[in-house]
Amino acid sequence: MNLACGATVPSPGSTPSPALATHPGARTAPPGGPPVLEVSALAVGAGGRIVQSGLEFTVRRGEVLAVVGPSGCGKSTLLRHLVGLQAPASGHVLLLGRDVHRGDEDERAALRRRCGVMFQAGALWSSMTLGENLMLPMRLFGPWSAREREARARERLARVGLSEAFELRPSALSGGMRKRAALARALALDPELLLLDEPGSGLDPPNAARLDELVLRLRQDLGTTVVMVTHEVTSVMAVADRLLYLDDLTRTMTALGDPHDLLTHGPPAVQRFLAQRDRARLDLHRPAGSFIPADVEPTASARVDGAAP
Amino acid sequence: MPAGHRAPSGAAVTVAFVGEVLISAWRWLRGRPGPRGADVLAELDFAGPRSLPIVVLTCALVGLMLAYMGGAQLARIGAQQHLAQVVAVGMVRELAGLMAAIILAGRVGSAYAAQLATMEAGEEIDALRVLGVDPVAHLVLPRLLALVLMAPALVAVGALAGVAAGWPAAVLAYGVTTPEYVQQALLALNATHLGIGLAKAMLYVTLVALAGCREGLHAGRDAQAVGQATTAAVVKALVWIVVAACLTTVVFTALGY
Repeated sequence: MNLACGATVPSPGSTPSPALATHPGARTAPPGGPPVLEVSALAVGAGGRIVQSGLEFTVRRGEVLAVVGPSGCGKSTLLRHLVGLQAPASGHVLLLGRDVHRGDEDERAALRRRCGVMFQAGALWSSMTLGENLMLPMRLFGPWSAREREARARERLARVGLSEAFELRPSALSGGMRKRAALARALALDPELLLLDEPGSGLDPPNAARLDELVLRLRQDLGTTVVMVTHEVTSVMAVADRLLYLDDLTRTMTALGDPHDLLTHGPPAVQRFLAQRDRARLDLHRPAGSFIPADVEPTASARVDGAAP
Repeated sequence: MPAGHRAPSGAAVTVAFVGEVLISAWRWLRGRPGPRGADVLAELDFAGPRSLPIVVLTCALVGLMLAYMGGAQLARIGAQQHLAQVVAVGMVRELAGLMAAIILAGRVGSAYAAQLATMEAGEEIDALRVLGVDPVAHLVLPRLLALVLMAPALVAVGALAGVAAGWPAAVLAYGVTTPEYVQQALLALNATHLGIGLAKAMLYVTLVALAGCREGLHAGRDAQAVGQATTAAVVKALVWIVVAACLTTVVFTALGY
């Protein structure tokens, strides 16, 4: 299958395409430590049909990978496969060296717990308060006492600017607050890999920028590896080390590399996609009511204007 | 399910779901994390006290109808003094459990399906699975437990209401005296009738809980799916209840009970 810029899509079971790997924007060995997530010859499906195939990529410790593409191309479906919520049509996903789709259910569950997932709509448990949402996984799977669990839950809510919302139920929160609460819950068990599904959608631009900043701070402070599904170009340019582009027409990945390089040297479809600016250039001056605590200030590494360095 | 594979049939999904419930219950009994106490209490309140008025009303009306219809037939052969036996045995052994289960299918089973389908659509159940929390243990067991624990009380009160509602019909329409009615009713009831009535009620409410939770957990991911799951839960529960009622009646009668 011939694609834009001559990149050849690897078929299921094949080795990564040399054309793709040597693309001017691609990094075959991204900075960071050992691989956290290894995807090989993956074909993912939804509704009984294959939506993406021939997916090959590795995410290393401390890396932020953005998965982008047009609506309906299979980004969220890929995320579900990465964490083992859906079985692939073919191929493998190795999470921290273990196949997330094979083996004993208890082992796979333990593996999944090393990931934090923030779902697109938050997916907070509606029958519980925010505090209970955060403390449930800690109670079931952590070594902490009740007092420690509450302290940890409050600390995580404060981290996302929701320190006053401990007793609130999800129905009492705005869409943006639910996103932040979902991020706090995803951090409940100190995950090694954070998977974010459309983290910035539904947020106003300042808070979306601050969520980007929070992601970078998590990577910087805790070494958390992040895979984020998004179609917000500004967010990609601000936080992603690499970008994986899923094409909806060819139903495979057509670009993998530094987003700033792909903006100028990537396949035409990717350049067109990245040329959009879905948010105005942002001033990171923190407005009143911002959810970032006063002690968390933007770092120099946050490139929220989307400009190439 | 991997893309390209054929979807399992509804019966296969149901059998697999029942297996999951049994495994989760077994693991919970062996000390694995199970339902939260707060969830069980909330479900007990929803399934029991809040269902009681409608169960009592329905059973009372059925008891009244049974007394009128039964009395008319017994009066033709001059046996209306046995009317209390017909009402008492009919309500305790068959009708109180059946009516309570039908009411619970519409009131509680449909709510279970809607709640779980909404959670499925909102990815709340996926959020549990990612954490390795068994959705069956966390969501299905408290609901099943609540219905099974509340069933005996609901059916007992419903049966009492049905027998009591038959009394004015027997006294006013068929000339049975109050002492006769009470005495005949007490004479007719024995441990076998009580046991069979209770066992049937437990079976019916288990089917209600399973139908509601099965439809909710296997719903699609849109708003339409919530409505479909709710409807399917009620229809399935009613069909399962009637089939179970028929089978158990035939089996118990054949066994001489």
